[in-house]
Amino acid sequence: MDRLLNNRHFLGLAFMLPAAVLLLLFLTYPLGLGVWLGFTDAKIGREGVWVGLENYEFLFGDSVARLALFNTLFYTIAASIIKFVLGLWLALLLNKHLPFKAFLRAIVLLPFIVPTALSAIAFWWLYDAQFSVLSWTLTKLGWIDRYIDFLGDPWNARWSVIAANVWRGVPFIAITLLAGLQTISPSLYEAAAIDGATPWQQFWNVTLPLLTPIIAVVMTFSVLFTFTDFQLIYVLTRGGPLNSTHLMATLAFQRAIPGGALGEGSALAVAMVPFLLAAILFSYFGLQRRKWQQGGTDN
Amino acid sequence: MAQEQDTQGMDYLVSLPRRVVTVYVPMFLFLFVLLFPFYWMVVTSFKPNEELISREGNPFWVVAPTLSHFKKLLFQTEYPQWMWNTMLVAVVATFLSLAASVFAAYAIERLRFRGAHQTGLAIFLAYLVPPSILFIPLAAMVFKLGLFDTRFALILTYPTFLIPFATWLLMGYFRSIPYELEECALIDGASRWQILTKIILPLAVPGLISAGIFAFTLSWNEFIYALTFIQSSENKTVPVGVVTELVEGDVYHWGALMAGALLGSVPVAIVYSFFVEYYVAGMTGAVKE
Repeated sequence: MDRLLNNRHFLGLAFMLPAAVLLLLFLTYPLGLGVWLGFTDAKIGREGVWVGLENYEFLFGDSVARLALFNTLFYTIAASIIKFVLGLWLALLLNKHLPFKAFLRAIVLLPFIVPTALSAIAFWWLYDAQFSVLSWTLTKLGWIDRYIDFLGDPWNARWSVIAANVWRGVPFIAITLLAGLQTISPSLYEAAAIDGATPWQQFWNVTLPLLTPIIAVVMTFSVLFTFTDFQLIYVLTRGGPLNSTHLMATLAFQRAIPGGALGEGSALAVAMVPFLLAAILFSYFGLQRRKWQQGGTDN
Repeated sequence: MAQEQDTQGMDYLVSLPRRVVTVYVPMFLFLFVLLFPFYWMVVTSFKPNEELISREGNPFWVVAPTLSHFKKLLFQTEYPQWMWNTMLVAVVATFLSLAASVFAAYAIERLRFRGAHQTGLAIFLAYLVPPSILFIPLAAMVFKLGLFDTRFALILTYPTFLIPFATWLLMGYFRSIPYELEECALIDGASRWQILTKIILPLAVPGLISAGIFAFTLSWNEFIYALTFIQSSENKTVPVGVVTELVEGDVYHWGALMAGALLGSVPVAIVYSFFVEYYVAGMTGAVKE
């Protein structure tokens, strides 16, 4: 018995057991079940029968589902680009020698740690058609003469939810990129400065190349979470107006849970997987760590 | 600390007016935008209803602050119950996941059993599976298992995103502990269990705190599972309860909504403020590997 307990293969499997059981039961199995459900016409409270690709064919012809795909792509691309630019900028600012540096860093992260559903409620109130303080301020400044209908017009609503998503996502990107920035040795900048590089050249030729690996990881996560976003949309618009902010996740929820069509909802959720895989592969192969960044040579 | 000094770099070469324009002004704008919604939450939750719907006067300040929204929230809704549910689910799910993750991370990183490498990779892939893809089949499972509308459903499903994250983070921490310590202990006749509990775990305390804090805030903020698996008001968590129960038809009780959002954010904010460094280490550590 003692020898068995000190055998690393046996002990390793025994130690893996709790995590493995939980993950296989509540992650791997549902993942497979989701794919299966997507091929059935299951409803809540009723076992489905195999219908082949019928759900996918239906969704392909469904204008709301196609709109949701467009919305999701637009939301992900627009929000990710803005988050990346602002996040990198904020990281560079935080990397400067500032008073109360640690305190600033702690405060900056607040939007990220507060429950999204709850901060989304604050945005809901900020975007209110009648009592929005944003509209109030702009009116007083004389920039607009009518209150903006932030969530009532399709394109206004799209940009409003993107703004809320950016607000929440920028701190995460900034703080993780800051961690990457702090690993870059100041002597590299000194060398570049001695060679006559302007701050802008230092950024392009020193900072950015050295930061690429961590940017790749951070942006993969950011794209992943933006593409599958649910709570922000659910709280702010529930997909409206006229389905113009429905994302694939919110549409899947609406069809499957209140609508009861588990099969169709699962098909919608499964349809997100190829896009997620594409994003992961793109960042893995496109932006992965190059040898020269660690002092070797590319081959 | 020496490194903190180094990061100053060549900043001293930049003149003050230039610093004001390129650093302080943008920094101030960032802070203003990032913090304004919180300020707005606080102001709104203390405003009496007349002030909320008035377009006159300065909306950025409260003329006659009131606690009526908080009173309504605490005594006329099930908010305290939601708070308790969220706390219970978050704490239990966190401890459950941490326990499972410590063993898994130690096995993968140190026992190096056959297939450890592949297991580590699988854990990382599990980390990339978003809840939005899993909630429908999980709802079907929860229903079949008879767990629908129970807090137990949440306690069992939250580890699906907590374990991969915590295991990945702890693997990084265990890697930083020198092998020699373990070898010495093995020579002295310590069992694997003794090595884990007497050597590895005490040294990995910062990692455990990081993973724990992060897992706690993730569970506290979870929304989609709680929305899908819970139906009755007394089992809801704070984010779901505030969003689904405080809105009655077209009448928005903005004061109570904001008070609810504020109170629901306070516990994570407190935990976070005590362990900022650990939280940041957890976040960046999980991304860096």
